[in-house]
Amino acid sequence: MSLPARATWAVRLPVGAKVLTLLALSITTVALRGVPAAVTLTVLTLALALVARVPGRMLLRTLRGVVLFAVVVAALQWWWTGPERAIESLLDLTTLALLGVLLTATTPVGDMLEAFVRWAGPLRHLGIDPERVGLVISMAIQSIPATITLARETRDAARSRGLAGSPRALLTPFVIRVVARAHETGAALQARGIGD
Amino acid sequence: MAEAAPERRAEVVLDATEVRSPDGRTILHPITLTLTEHRIGIIGPNGSGKSTLARLVNGLVEPSSGRVLVDGVDVARRGAAVRRRVGFCFTDPAAQVVMPTCVEDVELSLRKRIKDRVRRREAALQILERFGLGDRAEVSVHVLSGGQRQLLALAGVLATDPDLVIADEPTTLLDLRNTRLVADTLFSLDQQLILLTHDLELARRCERVLLVEDGRIAFDGPAEAAVAQYEATV
Repeated sequence: MSLPARATWAVRLPVGAKVLTLLALSITTVALRGVPAAVTLTVLTLALALVARVPGRMLLRTLRGVVLFAVVVAALQWWWTGPERAIESLLDLTTLALLGVLLTATTPVGDMLEAFVRWAGPLRHLGIDPERVGLVISMAIQSIPATITLARETRDAARSRGLAGSPRALLTPFVIRVVARAHETGAALQARGIGD
Repeated sequence: MAEAAPERRAEVVLDATEVRSPDGRTILHPITLTLTEHRIGIIGPNGSGKSTLARLVNGLVEPSSGRVLVDGVDVARRGAAVRRRVGFCFTDPAAQVVMPTCVEDVELSLRKRIKDRVRRREAALQILERFGLGDRAEVSVHVLSGGQRQLLALAGVLATDPDLVIADEPTTLLDLRNTRLVADTLFSLDQQLILLTHDLELARRCERVLLVEDGRIAFDGPAEAAVAQYEATV
């Protein structure tokens, strides 16, 4: 999740411009039919990622995650509608994943947060605090690795008691610990005067 | 440890403060005391009410009856104002470090005080430097060691510029080296310190130590006597 050390021009671009560009490219990817268009967009996105100097390791990790899923989808598509749609959806999904990593790799979370807070500004009239909207989003992102750690600890605890196969021995303590962690985090935020 | 010259402190007053659980059990029996010392220790067994006592001071727990005042300000009425002056450091830093990188987490605490982003980052980096985390600024908080993570949590608390820091068993999860590091950092602060601990060596470094047992203050006085009494009851 941390930013690559070799910050580039892409990092300095305004967040809004990046989000809009990626939004436009994503919609184009989904809207345009046909293999040639799909190939063009995948190549274009890969080129963008290279020009923006997104670390190769990060690209590979993303691709590995999505390709597995995309291949399953493509196989089903092949079976249902034929090879053309299958190749197109495989490429489209890859493109969308690359676009996603392009944004996260070139945008520090702090910048993203500032942008969301700015965009949520008009909500002030509805009695919603934009600062809080930004904080909620960033904490949602941050809670993912912490939750994975909790899941792993719970699984190990269940396993060491010989309860690996029992959903109740896994889920009950996991849910309780996640909620307890949320309470603790809430107390810690309150103690830091955040949200007062 | 040499104490820094300009000591910051607040006067904490508990006035017949009592805490009962929703089902009517008494967690803290009525307590009346005034805390003004620069280094205050709180010791006692698990479940004795230490944490509840500490959480009263910054309004994380509200008294069922009685009052808590910090420099004359009622915590129940003006909790936000009190929390600006009272920092709180928890046992498990995982719960209080909420941002992806170290510098971003400290910046979160600075958000209210420093609006300008560039100046905020500079201030955050300075604070990290002070806590020996200068070279970890852009590092993910997940790769920090336990000690570094606790120092980061402390940096996040100190960034809000409190006059009083309450630390709830800040070294319980740490090894010996990190315990010393975190403890030395805590005892070198200008801020007034209320330290909850099971580490009696740390308690001995305090000017005044409260021994809490079964929701009551069983002893209140010099560290050595408090520790002696606690050890005698075990």
